[in-house]
Amino acid sequence: MNKILLVIQREYLSRVKKKSFIVMTILGPLLMAALFIVPAFLATMSDGVKKVKVLDETGWFQNKFEDSERFDFEYIYTDLETAKSNLTKEEAYALLYIPKPEVSVPSSAMIFSEKQVTIDLKGYIRSIMAKEVENQKLGAEIVKEIQKANPAYDPSLPENAAAGSIVSEEILRNIKTSITLTSIKMTPEGGEEKSFTEASMGVGLFAGILIYFFIFLFGAQVMRGVIEEKVSRIVEVIVSSVKPFQLMMGKIVGVGLVGLTQFMLWVVLTLAIVTVAQQVMPDKFSKKQTVESFSPGTRIPGSAEELNITEELEDQSNMARMIEAMQSINYGVMVFSFLFYFLGGYLLYGAMFAAIGAAVDNETDTQQFMMPVTIPLILSIVVAQFVINNPEGPVSFWFSIIPFTSPVVMMVRIPFGVPDWQVALSMVLLVITFVGAVWMAGRIYRTGILMYGKKVTWGELYKWLFYKG
Amino acid sequence: MDYFIAKNITKRYAAHTALDNVSIAVPRESIFGLLGPNGAGKTSLIRIINQITGPDEGEIFFGDEKLAPHHVEKIGYLPEERGLYKKMAVGEQALYLAQLKGVSRSDAKKRLKEWFEKFEIQPWWNKKVEELSKGMQQKVQFIVTIIHKPSLLIFDEPFSGFDPINVNLLKDEILNLKKEGATIIFSTHNMASVEELCDNIALINKSKKILEGKVKDIKSAYKTNTYSIEFDGYDGQALPLLPGGFKLLNETREDEMRHIIVNLPQANSQNELLSALMPHVNIHAFKEIIPTMNEIFIRTVNESGKNSIIS
Repeated sequence: MNKILLVIQREYLSRVKKKSFIVMTILGPLLMAALFIVPAFLATMSDGVKKVKVLDETGWFQNKFEDSERFDFEYIYTDLETAKSNLTKEEAYALLYIPKPEVSVPSSAMIFSEKQVTIDLKGYIRSIMAKEVENQKLGAEIVKEIQKANPAYDPSLPENAAAGSIVSEEILRNIKTSITLTSIKMTPEGGEEKSFTEASMGVGLFAGILIYFFIFLFGAQVMRGVIEEKVSRIVEVIVSSVKPFQLMMGKIVGVGLVGLTQFMLWVVLTLAIVTVAQQVMPDKFSKKQTVESFSPGTRIPGSAEELNITEELEDQSNMARMIEAMQSINYGVMVFSFLFYFLGGYLLYGAMFAAIGAAVDNETDTQQFMMPVTIPLILSIVVAQFVINNPEGPVSFWFSIIPFTSPVVMMVRIPFGVPDWQVALSMVLLVITFVGAVWMAGRIYRTGILMYGKKVTWGELYKWLFYKG
Repeated sequence: MDYFIAKNITKRYAAHTALDNVSIAVPRESIFGLLGPNGAGKTSLIRIINQITGPDEGEIFFGDEKLAPHHVEKIGYLPEERGLYKKMAVGEQALYLAQLKGVSRSDAKKRLKEWFEKFEIQPWWNKKVEELSKGMQQKVQFIVTIIHKPSLLIFDEPFSGFDPINVNLLKDEILNLKKEGATIIFSTHNMASVEELCDNIALINKSKKILEGKVKDIKSAYKTNTYSIEFDGYDGQALPLLPGGFKLLNETREDEMRHIIVNLPQANSQNELLSALMPHVNIHAFKEIIPTMNEIFIRTVNESGKNSIIS
């Protein structure tokens, strides 16, 4: 056990110290930060003011949406059907429909548009709605709390306007509101189709591509490492000290840790760069907005500051809007499943790459074995495009269950919401498959690393599986 | 007292048998030559001893115990096909390999420093292996083979790639290790070094052991009672001088000096030959021709080859 740790340590340190690792670590976040910053830039480059019609059945949000240099909000008072049919005629960009909630406070809205609605508009709408609903809830809670203590309390009396520093943490938690915003794309023929938010698409696809990229990059590193040991003939010295399986697993785990380290560094550095960019160019990235005041009667000036409510309502920069747009996704689940599918997929493919490395004498011989191993991986990234358009279809289902494609495809699906049993099934299958793959790779590896000067065929690999120790 | 015993080892691969019922016994604190032509099965046996692969049949004893995984820390193995991580620094790499053999990092560091000084490669500690000459790489490789003070050492062609000066350095070290109590298995095609170093040998051909024993005993067993004699002061035929039963195998002449090779009818009859010659010639040299390991090797391998064709 101690020896496998030594192997892991060597594999890890020898890679982390390399110049290429350091270069990648610095370049990666710059590219990723550019991915965040450039769209934010582009979004601020106005292509004319767009008219957004607001049909607010609740009446909660009257005049709450403020016109900016990009959007004009126009409130209309008609029924939904008329509004929709007028939308195309009046050359408006989008129609925001906030239906009257059945029982509680408004928590959902719909956007009708002929085009994909931009992310910053959605983010803005969601944040304004959430803020307003939270204000209302907070007001109601305060009144409730005060009335508990003093049943005769009438919030509408002016002398009570400054009352109440009794807002507890619990209340603040309770009032946190998340708004569901569904965009519906209207086709010129008058049809409608539900389109998913770009945030879900973006996050899912991004995570899927990242997994694909990491599996390829670090799987190939495992393979090259095995070939290097075989070509330099050090492998015989090492397997006289450690079991071939320990050497193989040590390498796979060591390289995997390098991948995780790189990923963590990318996340940290990307966040740092984005933050710095926001600090350096505040006017480009944040547009100060006036803090919404509480509605009369529930106004609690003193306490608002004390409780830092204002903080939640601060700068709504484009960046913040974008992040807000992504808030509908459950990030706990995302991070967990990302790590799971990253590790599962990497172990599965890493083991296969290790077996390939052991079977050949040099890198140019890897082609015949690489093809069948990389095809499912490439297929999964192709399928990912379909999955985005139809995350619940049979193609998405099957490819997210099959272990060779599930790490990428399931990752793309997860932000759209996937039934638990499907995720569980896909995860269990992935675990079973990678255990099997590691076992097979171990047997091919054991024989292959000591075999030189022989063109190995598939039939031979199959025979190696059943050689006795 | 045998330190290492392999009993009836058989190892089969899909198409061929690499080792067929091979047994060897290596006495404690001796150098044991494992000989055989290419592809005879030496490497298979060495890999089994190193537990890189396992035998299909047979047992191996290490000291008094059956061979077990923990014994790898008592074995030092210098494979014929050797190498190091090219991009890794020499010292760091030696430390890593020593630790894999169970030496603590601090111990390994201390011992490596001593060896590096002894072999005069101290300045190369932080250099990458690819910057070293082949000879220096071999030195590093030798050091990491013995750094964990193994009680059983296996050297597979240890002298290949060394210049004569370093071959001597290495020979001295190997003999030193033996003196310090190590048991050594030594596989090579260089028969001169076998005669020089080995106490015992085993000869493997076509996956079977065909010869085993003390080098001294084997050589005397392969003696043919043949003597080489140099003399002058005689001009006639040499043959009439020989007593009955003595065969003249070869006769050459260089100016006045004559050189004959004579086969004796039985051992210990060399004095009879001498007394027959002495009245007629001036003897310059009289020497028994002892077969070299090289000749024994070629002869045994060829004979066993013939036998296997017949059988």
